[in-house]
Amino acid sequence: MRDRPIIFTGLALFLVLVTFPAWHNLSAGVTTRGPNPVLPRDQKQCIEPTAFMKTSHMQLLMNWRDAVVRQNLRQFTASDGKHYNIGLTNTCLKQCHGGKADFCDRCHNYSAVSLTCWNCHVDSQKGFANQGFRSAL
Amino acid sequence: MTISRQTFLRLSGLSLAAVAFRRIARAVTGPKWGMAIDLAKCAGQDNCTQCAAACRQAHNVPQIPDSRHEIHWIWKEPFNRALPNQADEYSTISSAPVMVMCNHCEHPPCVRVCPTQATFQREDGIVAMDYHRCIGCRYCMAACPYGSRSFNWQDPRPYIASPNPDFPTRTKGVVEKCNFCSERISTGRLPACVEACPEKALTFGNLNDPNSAIRQLLGSRRHIRRKPELGTGPKVFYIV
Repeated sequence: MRDRPIIFTGLALFLVLVTFPAWHNLSAGVTTRGPNPVLPRDQKQCIEPTAFMKTSHMQLLMNWRDAVVRQNLRQFTASDGKHYNIGLTNTCLKQCHGGKADFCDRCHNYSAVSLTCWNCHVDSQKGFANQGFRSAL
Repeated sequence: MTISRQTFLRLSGLSLAAVAFRRIARAVTGPKWGMAIDLAKCAGQDNCTQCAAACRQAHNVPQIPDSRHEIHWIWKEPFNRALPNQADEYSTISSAPVMVMCNHCEHPPCVRVCPTQATFQREDGIVAMDYHRCIGCRYCMAACPYGSRSFNWQDPRPYIASPNPDFPTRTKGVVEKCNFCSERISTGRLPACVEACPEKALTFGNLNDPNSAIRQLLGSRRHIRRKPELGTGPKVFYIV
């Protein structure tokens, strides 16, 4: 029984390590309730139906990117016939979602997806100083 | 439905011909953008950099004090560096500095060397960049004979004083350059530098249209281009 302290310390360490993912998720706010993004109040539908946007928004955004940059097409006609100006900051954020923190980040943080969009595109709601710009306008 | 080999080959040939015809038709009928800079008018105001300031504001071009890291879209160069061997020592035009920018070459060497096609030539002649594709290899910088390209050695955002949220910034590790204000042209506006020039020294327009202001100017005034001997076909002209 002389080894009791070592055994119990080892057991305690083992328990902490085994349950670490659960603690980590709890501290990151990951729960069984899901990511719970804040939806725009005054808009009922996104560019395309919700089911499509949930599964394929990344393809849509990449098609938008290629349309603007490589084909100089700056208008998009959705499947319901509505026209949109192509733009991540000016259309997605300014017209509907406000900032990325309450919408994009909620799901991407939840599913541990790290994006590079915001290295260049500007989040119109977050404030310039919080995005690495020199001045806080 | 079955299709014979002969019909298949005929249809393939016709489709290819149609695609080629469409491209040629667009190249002939569409616009080809160019710019003319009147050197005498440009020298009218000493130390004027309003075009560069407007460009910086419109495109979130950072102002980095360290000259090894600085980013340029449109800037001033001494005459003999901008247009070497194009004036002798008695010439009066060589005293003032020259505004230089990407020449949007007819045969752009940067496009030829880009391994990811991040730099490409649009149908309207603008040499454009897809920053999403740029891997920062800097081949284009080595290829460009005009030094029109800058590399982001660091995050440019701390050096942008008044950000324009309507235009993205660039990120560390990509090359950038003048885009001939393609985002403004697409909405029918003139480039920011042309609009900002107090002397109206910059003329922007369609080189394919013989009645455009730029063609009228080039038709009536003597003009030179940067390093024409290289065969790159710059579309920025200097009225002398």
